[in-house]
Amino acid sequence: MPSVEFEGNTYNVDEDGFIDDFNNWNKDWVRHVKTTEGIEEMTDEHWKVINVLQDYYKKNGIAPMVRILSKVTGFKLKYIYELFPSGPGKGACKMAGLPKPTGCV
Amino acid sequence: MADTPKPDELAKIDHTPPVFRGWMDTQPEIRPGIACYGSKSKDLKYVDMPNPRDWSPFDDDWKLPENWEETIHEGFKDRLGRFRSFKLFMDICVRCGACADKCHFFIGSGDPKNMPVMRAELLRSIYRKKFTVGGKLLGRLAGARELTEDALKELWYYLYQCTECRRCSLFCPYGIDMAEITIMGRELTNLVGLNIDWIAAPVANCYRTGNHLGIQPHAYKDMLDFFTDEIEDITGLRMEQDLNRKGAEILFITPSGDVFADPGTFTCMGYMMLFHYLKSLGLDITWSTYASEGGNFGYFTSHEMAKRLNAKMYAEAKRLGVKWILGGECGHMWRVLNQYMDTFNGPADFLEEPVSPITGTRFENAKTTKMTHIIEFTADLIKNNKLKLDPSRNDNLKVTFHDSCNPARGMGILEEPRYVIKNVCNNFYEMPPSTIREQTFCCGSGAGLNAGENMELRMRGGLPRANAVKFVHEKHDVNMLACICAIDRAVLPNLMEYWVPEVDVTGVHEMVANALVFEGEKKRTTDLRGEPLPGMEDEEDV
Repeated sequence: MPSVEFEGNTYNVDEDGFIDDFNNWNKDWVRHVKTTEGIEEMTDEHWKVINVLQDYYKKNGIAPMVRILSKVTGFKLKYIYELFPSGPGKGACKMAGLPKPTGCV
Repeated sequence: MADTPKPDELAKIDHTPPVFRGWMDTQPEIRPGIACYGSKSKDLKYVDMPNPRDWSPFDDDWKLPENWEETIHEGFKDRLGRFRSFKLFMDICVRCGACADKCHFFIGSGDPKNMPVMRAELLRSIYRKKFTVGGKLLGRLAGARELTEDALKELWYYLYQCTECRRCSLFCPYGIDMAEITIMGRELTNLVGLNIDWIAAPVANCYRTGNHLGIQPHAYKDMLDFFTDEIEDITGLRMEQDLNRKGAEILFITPSGDVFADPGTFTCMGYMMLFHYLKSLGLDITWSTYASEGGNFGYFTSHEMAKRLNAKMYAEAKRLGVKWILGGECGHMWRVLNQYMDTFNGPADFLEEPVSPITGTRFENAKTTKMTHIIEFTADLIKNNKLKLDPSRNDNLKVTFHDSCNPARGMGILEEPRYVIKNVCNNFYEMPPSTIREQTFCCGSGAGLNAGENMELRMRGGLPRANAVKFVHEKHDVNMLACICAIDRAVLPNLMEYWVPEVDVTGVHEMVANALVFEGEKKRTTDLRGEPLPGMEDEEDV
C-alpha cells in the first residue's frame, strides 16, 4: 500500500489517495488534501461538511448518502461541488478520512 | 485515477485488426483507465479467498503464489468435470465471427481481443494445450499455447473487460453462453488471488453486513426514516415501513444502492409509496436489515461465493416466517435467482408460490424460487386496475427504456416494464429495435466493472447504448432514460453526462410513485426529486 508523507505525518493511502483507516485521520491530513483538491482557503462551510461526514461515519460506519449530507448541512449538491471540486465522495469524504463507498453506487 | 479522454477524442475508434502479427504475438499494455485496481488483502482475507495481498495490475510483479500454474490447471480440470456446459463451450466454437461486432466493448474500443470469440480464445488456447490431444501435439498450429505469466495477465485484463451481458450469445449459432466463459475464467483467476477491488470490497462488505455498501441495521433504518420524512414533505402523508417484522406475508429485498445512491434513492421512495398505497388493500410486507441486498457481487467472483452471499435471502425469509419474497428493481440479482438460486440455496419448500394479495394473481414463473420481480407485481396491479394513476404528473418527461441485460436476456422481462411506463407517463419512445429487448446494449459497467478508475473503459463500453439514447433524444426530444437495475441507475448517469448530457436517469418505480394518487394527500407541487410538477413551475417554493 502506498504512503504519503506530509508535515511529519505518514499516511497509508489507497490508489485514489483515500487514507486506509479513519483512525489515522488528523487535521494535517485536511491541509494535505486541500492542496491536491485545489481548494484555496478552508472556510467554516468546508468544515461544516467535514464535521457532518465524520459525525455520521462515527455513528453509522459509512458515509451519509448525498441527500442526507445536503439536508443536514443545508447546502445544495451544486454548492458542495463548489466547495469540493471533486464532489462529496472523491473530495469531501477523502478530506474527512472516510473510505470510498462500493457496490451499486 | 487516469484522466478520461474527451468524447470527441474517444469516439475516434479504429476497428482494423493488426495485419502482420498474430494475436499470440501481441501482448496488451495493461492500461490505467481500462483496468481496475487489484483486490485488497483485507477483503480477500475476510471471506477466506486465496492469496490475499495488496497488488497492482500496473506493476510487473502481481505477487502470484508459487504454485499458480498448478492451481489454475487443477481448477480448470475440476470445472471441466463439474460443468458440462463449460466443456462444451471450450470445444464447439467454429470461430465464425458472428459475435465479433455484437460486443459493446469491441464496438467502443476497437481492440480485437474484445471480440467475444477472441476473448474466449484466450482461455480456449490454454484449454487446448492442457486438455486436448491436438493441442498437446500440434501446439500453435492447433491454436494452443502455454499458460505463461503473460498469458495469465492478458486473460485477467480481458475477463475484466466483459460485463457478462450475453448480447454476443444471442447471435451465436451454437448458443455459446459467453458469460459462462467469463464466469469460469474469473473463477480461475480468483484461485490465484487475481480479482478487482471493486468486486472484492463489496463481497467482503456483503458477507459482513448483508449488503455491498456495508450498511448496518441502524443506518439502514436511518435511511428509510429519511425517505419517510422526504415523502411526507411531498405528499403530506407519513408512510412508515416495517423492518424485520416477523409474521409478515411478504419479504422485500432490493439492492442496497437503492437506499444509498441517487437516483436509486428516488426509486426506493417509489417502492415505499407503493407499499403504503397497497396497505389498505391488503399488502402485508416487511423490509429486512439483514437480507438488505438484492445484488450479488459474489457472482462476479465464483459460484461458491454467490451461493454464500445469497443464502441470507432464504435464511431471513425462514426466520421471519414470510410466505414469499418480492424483489426490487435489480439486474444481475435476477440472473442469479432465476438460474441458480434453486440449486444454490433451495429448495425453498418452506415458502409458498407467490400470489398477489391484492389481485390474486399467481406468479407461476416463480413457482420454485418463490421470488417475484416488483415490475411484474406492479404491472399486474395496473392490469387489474388497482392503482389510481395520474400520468400527467410525469408530463415533463419524455421517456425511453433501457432493458437491463439480465432481466431482459436472462429471464425475458420485456413487456412488463413497458406496460408500467406507458401507464404512468404519457410520452414514451423506443430506441431502435436492434438496441432493445433481447438485443439490448449493455450499460457498459455491469458484472462489477462500475468502478471509478476504469472510466475510459466504461465510456467506451457504454457508447452503443448512449448512441441509441442520443438518437431518440435528437428525434423525439427524450430527456429521461428509465431502467430496472441498480447498477444501471448508478452508472448510466455518468454515461449520459459524458455522451448525452441532456438525458437523466430514473428507476421505473420513481415514475410510478409520481403518478400514484393517494387519498388524503396534499396537492403535490413537486415530483420525488423536488422538481416542480408540470404546470406548477410558478408555485415552486424557492
